[in-house]
Amino acid sequence: MQPEASARPVVPHAEHFGDEASRQNAAHLGMWIFLATEVLLFAALFAPYALYRLAYPELFHQAREHMDLTLGTINTYVLVSSSVLVALAVASIRKGRELVASALLVGAVVLGITFLCIKGMEYAHHAKDKALPGAHYAFHQFAVPGASLYFTLYWIMTGVHAVHVTVGVGVLSVLCGQTLSGKFSAAYHTPLELGGMYWHLVDIVWLFLWPLLYLS
Amino acid sequence: MSQSGAEPVMPERHYLNAERGLWSWLTTHDHKRIGLMFLGLLLLMFLLGGVYALALRIELLTPGETIMSRLAYNRSFTLHGVVMVWLFLIPSIPSAFGNFLLPLMIGAKDVAFPRLNLASLYLYVLGAAITLWGILQGGADTGWTFYTPYSTATGTAVLPVLLGVFVVGFSTILTGVNFITTVHTMRAPGVTWTKIPLFVWAIYGTSIIQVLATPVLGMVLVLVMLERLGGLGFFDPARGGDPLLYQHLFWFYSHPAVYIMILPGMGVISEAVCAFTRKNPFSYRVLVVSTVGIAFVGFLTWGHHMFVSGASTLGAGAFSVLSMLVAIFTALKIFTWLGTMYRGSIWITTPFVYVLGFIFLLFFGGMSGVAVAVTSADIHWHDTYFVVAHFHFIMVGASLMAFLGALHYWFPKMFGRRYPEALGIGTAVLIIFGFIATFLPQFLLGNMGMPRRYADYPERFQPLHVASTAGASLLGFGFLIIAIYLIWSLRHGRVAGRNPWESRGYEWTSESPPPKSNFHEPPSFPYPPHDYARPDVAPEVGRAA
Repeated sequence: MQPEASARPVVPHAEHFGDEASRQNAAHLGMWIFLATEVLLFAALFAPYALYRLAYPELFHQAREHMDLTLGTINTYVLVSSSVLVALAVASIRKGRELVASALLVGAVVLGITFLCIKGMEYAHHAKDKALPGAHYAFHQFAVPGASLYFTLYWIMTGVHAVHVTVGVGVLSVLCGQTLSGKFSAAYHTPLELGGMYWHLVDIVWLFLWPLLYLS
Repeated sequence: MSQSGAEPVMPERHYLNAERGLWSWLTTHDHKRIGLMFLGLLLLMFLLGGVYALALRIELLTPGETIMSRLAYNRSFTLHGVVMVWLFLIPSIPSAFGNFLLPLMIGAKDVAFPRLNLASLYLYVLGAAITLWGILQGGADTGWTFYTPYSTATGTAVLPVLLGVFVVGFSTILTGVNFITTVHTMRAPGVTWTKIPLFVWAIYGTSIIQVLATPVLGMVLVLVMLERLGGLGFFDPARGGDPLLYQHLFWFYSHPAVYIMILPGMGVISEAVCAFTRKNPFSYRVLVVSTVGIAFVGFLTWGHHMFVSGASTLGAGAFSVLSMLVAIFTALKIFTWLGTMYRGSIWITTPFVYVLGFIFLLFFGGMSGVAVAVTSADIHWHDTYFVVAHFHFIMVGASLMAFLGALHYWFPKMFGRRYPEALGIGTAVLIIFGFIATFLPQFLLGNMGMPRRYADYPERFQPLHVASTAGASLLGFGFLIIAIYLIWSLRHGRVAGRNPWESRGYEWTSESPPPKSNFHEPPSFPYPPHDYARPDVAPEVGRAA
């Protein structure tokens, strides 16, 4: 052995899944990387939005005025509140309060479903106006090339987001059941933290969609 | 060739016979078995893509119709590209050799998320199956790039091919997430960031590209599918859309994807150059920095695919300069490899012949890349055989040579047996010359004006096309020989022993083939990787705590 080697500090992760701390470390890092891929996924939708908003500024403005700002804003509050509940749930499981954590998760799931219901109501309004995506667009109040692209972007961006909300509601429901059955404790609750991270990302994406599609 | 004296023996228990039966393979979490299954599937895909390639070369033997109709030709070059790029080259070295070697090279028992690793394999199988089903439906005729508006309008089976590539993309993402986390959290004592083997650095850089670029491809494929199904209009000028947007989004992934294909190959070369010249890398730091540099700059060059698609002069100029930066990093690597070889104790083996082929062909591929990055010259060469030759020099001349080099270098590690070395060297030489005969004429053809993706051509081009087809036949013959002797060696090859190359790589400190847990004792590595400076000191594996 070379002498300088023994002086080197030992890297802490010797064994495969040797201890809970390194397992948690790996799980968190993996989740952060996965969230980065999600950001890039939505980036591929924000790019067309930027391009066509620059190409058709007037029509995008008019179409945006047609959106139901009240429902959109309520939905924003609903989603942010559910994120707060998830954050509180993680904080309480860290203190070992399983019942409080599962009650908070139930609240978050209910708010998530509320979000999807309100979104569905909005979709129904648009469908009645025939402001449908792509070739099905027949909302004659606005000129076709620009406004149809706005509504197509609206459907796709909120649709992909709604798919993520649905997945998130499913994940939170499973985690809620596991919390109730006593799987998590103050010592071990990594899946709950990971699920929370995912839910916050879904929330953050909406915080970009809301101003782009409803405000300004 | 092993210098250890006594005849090497096969370890009694290893990962191949630790558990038996098909079920133990299908449900395994062992990264070595998953890597091996990837290798088998990838080679099958390579065979399929190769058959299409030979069919194309036969069609191009004479002007006019030779063996297939025009539509069949369009479908064949599309499927050749789709299978080779999406199903072979992109997953090739990371999913097969990366999976097998990365944990061994950092002294870990497995990757960070073994179940996710298996999921990645099944996603690959699912994606490949959907793509093959699309091929049975008649296949697409869009080219592997699926350019709009043609891909949204053609009547061929584009949808299943798009869906298959989309699913394979998720397999790539999962592998990337897994590898990055593994490198960060699973290194054995002693494997600090400056002592990570160069192959692992290359896989790490590749994984970052995979993770950051592939989601964009996934979304753009979804948009094309929706455009076909529901007429979105994003890429359709009739609905106010812009087809150029597709090209931007597509190449934002697909240009970095070129580095997904080449970086792991460069990692293989860095390992093999040190092992077969018995020298430390001329500069470990330069090899690492250029790996990360290529991964980074690769994200800033996509616009050079749109020089003639209506990109602005300013944008084209910027992308032209940024593209040339890649050549600087690549040149740093080439000089470092040459510096490593200089005054080394060179051992001519099959992997080393592939190393030489790689460096020689990468040089030509890279220099022609700088040539087409010049906007004015690109207008002459765009969409001609010059470009076809350029990227085949990179993807086949470099990536495939590295793949074959890796296959030969780590074959004893994977199976514990040797292949016939003389036959291997001879075949490697045959393949390199076959490659040059195939693609050198295509540079000349492209410069004379032969456009790519055409089944027909004027008669004056025929001699060069015949030369190219002859070279392709040599290549195909070479691959056949490799397949025969490697399959023969699986059962009948000489037993290799632990470290037949006398390599100082960490992966060779465990038995060949390795035990299921990779190392019998949790290892620690007190010496740097590629440490050939003290031949009298046998590298020993320490024990962790």
